[in-house]
Amino acid sequence: MTQSNSQGGNEQRALQTGSVADARALDAAPAAPSANATKDGARLDVQLRINGMTHRLALDPRTTLLDALREHLHLTGSKRGCALGQCGACTVLMDGKRMKSCLWLAALAEGHEITTIEGLADGERLHPLQEAFIEHDAFQCGYCTAGQIMAGVACIAEGHAGSPQEIRDWMSGNLCRCGAYNHIVAAIHQTAAGAAAGANKPKQS
Amino acid sequence: MPDMYIGQPLSRIDGRKKVTGQATYAAEFQAQNLAYAAAVRSTIACGRIAAIDTSAAESAPGVLAVLTHHNAMRLPYREHRSMIDPGTGERLHVLQDERVLHHGQPVALVVATTLEQAWHAAALVRVAYAEDAGSTDIGSAALVAPRDFGAGPDKVRPFETLRGDPEAAFFKAAVQVDAYYEIPRENHNPIELHATIAAWDGDRLTLWDKTQFVSGAADELAAIFGLAPGNVHVVSPFVGGAFGSALRTWPHVTLAALGARAVGRPVKLMLTRREMYYGTGFRPHTVQQVRLGAGGDGRLAAIEHDSHQEASMYEEYSEALLDTSRFLYSCPNVHTRHQVAPMNVHTPTWMRAPGEVSGNFALECAMDELACKLGIDPVELRVRNEPAMDEHLKLPFSSRATLECYRVGAERFGWSRRTPQPGSMRDGRLQIGWGMATANYPVFYAPASAHVRLLPDGRAEVSASASDMGPGTWTSMTQVAADALGLPIEQVSFMLGDSRYPRTPPHGGSMTMASVGSAVQAVCRDARAQVLARTGGTDLAAALRLLGEPLEASADHSPDDSGKHFSRHAFGAVFAEVAVDPDLGETRVRRLVGAYGAGRIVNPKLARSQCEGGMFGGMGMALMEHTVVDPRTGRVTNGNLAEYAVPVHADAPHVDVLFVDEVDPHVNPLGVKGLGEIATVGVPAAIVNAIFHATGRRVRSLPVTPDRLL
Repeated sequence: MTQSNSQGGNEQRALQTGSVADARALDAAPAAPSANATKDGARLDVQLRINGMTHRLALDPRTTLLDALREHLHLTGSKRGCALGQCGACTVLMDGKRMKSCLWLAALAEGHEITTIEGLADGERLHPLQEAFIEHDAFQCGYCTAGQIMAGVACIAEGHAGSPQEIRDWMSGNLCRCGAYNHIVAAIHQTAAGAAAGANKPKQS
Repeated sequence: MPDMYIGQPLSRIDGRKKVTGQATYAAEFQAQNLAYAAAVRSTIACGRIAAIDTSAAESAPGVLAVLTHHNAMRLPYREHRSMIDPGTGERLHVLQDERVLHHGQPVALVVATTLEQAWHAAALVRVAYAEDAGSTDIGSAALVAPRDFGAGPDKVRPFETLRGDPEAAFFKAAVQVDAYYEIPRENHNPIELHATIAAWDGDRLTLWDKTQFVSGAADELAAIFGLAPGNVHVVSPFVGGAFGSALRTWPHVTLAALGARAVGRPVKLMLTRREMYYGTGFRPHTVQQVRLGAGGDGRLAAIEHDSHQEASMYEEYSEALLDTSRFLYSCPNVHTRHQVAPMNVHTPTWMRAPGEVSGNFALECAMDELACKLGIDPVELRVRNEPAMDEHLKLPFSSRATLECYRVGAERFGWSRRTPQPGSMRDGRLQIGWGMATANYPVFYAPASAHVRLLPDGRAEVSASASDMGPGTWTSMTQVAADALGLPIEQVSFMLGDSRYPRTPPHGGSMTMASVGSAVQAVCRDARAQVLARTGGTDLAAALRLLGEPLEASADHSPDDSGKHFSRHAFGAVFAEVAVDPDLGETRVRRLVGAYGAGRIVNPKLARSQCEGGMFGGMGMALMEHTVVDPRTGRVTNGNLAEYAVPVHADAPHVDVLFVDEVDPHVNPLGVKGLGEIATVGVPAAIVNAIFHATGRRVRSLPVTPDRLL
């Protein structure tokens, strides 16, 4: 079969052929609250708790948590590096535990407390790990940084930041192509030591 | 005025933005009524699109348009060749005809309301191909002489050079080395996926793009679409790593603009990680033969260096692989010859220290082999062959700190404790190896412009269309400006990443500080002089208050002709310690020491980070990185970040960076040589030489994965 349109050099304008949304996508979503089928495709009403605030979104059921944050809430601090869970740039905290938001459907994040890089500082006051990153020059291009920091906060909370070697092992899910690794580890180690000494309190999400 | 800021280890000015998620990268800009695009790519390497069925895609939910070569806008593709385009050939024409020139070539574009809808519909496009026998195997591809070496900032890269009679000298030499070295294709794999948001306003195009060359991207898209040059506006303040992959624009930028034109809305196109392997260039696969002939005292009598690389069918990107061998050491008889293998692949491109890191690898491994045969210490061998001048160009070096770098690097490393016999150093079960290599990278210096606006409240706004993909341009330029003006740095802001700012060369070739920095210094000094000429005095802040009105100045800065009188390079020495597990064949790098003579260091904190990062790149090259291409089809089989291995936290060795004091008035007014790329050069050879020292096994093919040592 060949392409039917042969307008030569003219641009093709938007063609909406009036299809009904594919209802099969809805069956796969467990206990979906309300699903609106429109000619633009299925939409789920999803309620997300991000950095202490509640957001109501109408999302394509296939939307990942990462894309809900970046494309719908314009919280672009969490980064898309692979969308395969291989680079860690999308790391956020779910109920205080680190997770890869590119591998989680937004609809399944309902009922959980999500903390992103935007929620780490306390107003103008940076989280001690953020301060340490600046001090140790623990970033260059800055793209993996949010993921490194969120993973680093969790790594410390997990008790896996006792030594540089332990930090390296437990942070290996966060890639840095600029090679800032040694500085990242120094920043995490310093912050962990400070936290252990009670010098700072990690912000509660 | 003495420098207050240049030379200081200031923390990054953009640091707060980066650690709080406030730095905006290409895909993160907002636009009203944004639509999303996804590309369909060819699954053959050579042939034609015989038929393309978009009906299922068009009727999928949310789809606004499906573009193919049948209905995409005809693009003029005006002649355009800038300093970072290959000298010969023509860029790929996107969706303009049915020809397929490489596996993964874009053959259709879907535009939809959501990201998910665009990707889903892209999978519904059905393409039938008429496949031709293509060339996808470098092992059997025909080699040809490159036709043009005008590509790149250094216009003198002949493909074959000859001095003396190397063949005869090699034959007569007391000691000979003759070996092949192979480096596979590598991909830049920055963590940020390439992305473009395109928006039209009549015949004016705005692009929020990931680019290392904002003015170049604007010019290129204007030429492709046949627009007046000023009609394209490119915005790119933050780049999430690029390493050369964003110097020129790639088809996805044109695709985004085509999509936006077709649907009358802004369109965002983000590449998937897999698409990064098909559409943003790569370091080409290279095969090199090095022959060294030397006397019993280690003095080189002959160097023969022959190489070839993969190239595309439609453009000839040729690497400066052999430059190093022509001048790094003193040798009266040298022959170098480079060839390319045109293949059905997409065009390779510059990747951190392009050419130099690959050519240096072969030469420095061969030198190590020579040192072993002669029983001479590897550092001593280099010292004995230190040239007094560049014997290829027959020019003096503007400055060359190799001897000092060997000395301080060796001392920091503890090289004197090395026992030369391979396998003689151990740590329990593990075999320990210590290896080294010389590092070198040319100084590039290109015309650049800058602008400054001085305000009555004592503030200065400096701008240039430069980029910052991580080296710290935001910060280091501000230091240069503050010192040239004599203002407190808090009063000075530097703006970059917008094609409306004064033109600069690409953010590559380690030339940004040399080129843009010189322009910034010139325009700030000029503006300061203008103000003080009117008001008198030496305190610019006070003079500005007195003046009571803004003052603006622009400067176009061009290199002088020092390049005709001097051979200008940064030099260094790299030392590596590895531990090899004899049962598993696994190599761990324990320590790296890099000592560099790179002229003036504007910000030691940022410079150190740059060097460490470059050294990590070299380590990845030595031990892990390999884009695995199916030679039957040209298909990349490991196009993701798990199967293409890059260094992770747990791989990080201890890294030490030393800068030797070096003042060079011939490189540019700032005296800087650039650092970003020399930091990668020499590292693969130092590691591979260390592996030989540990195990007695000479591996000449990268990466040195465990299977090569078992």
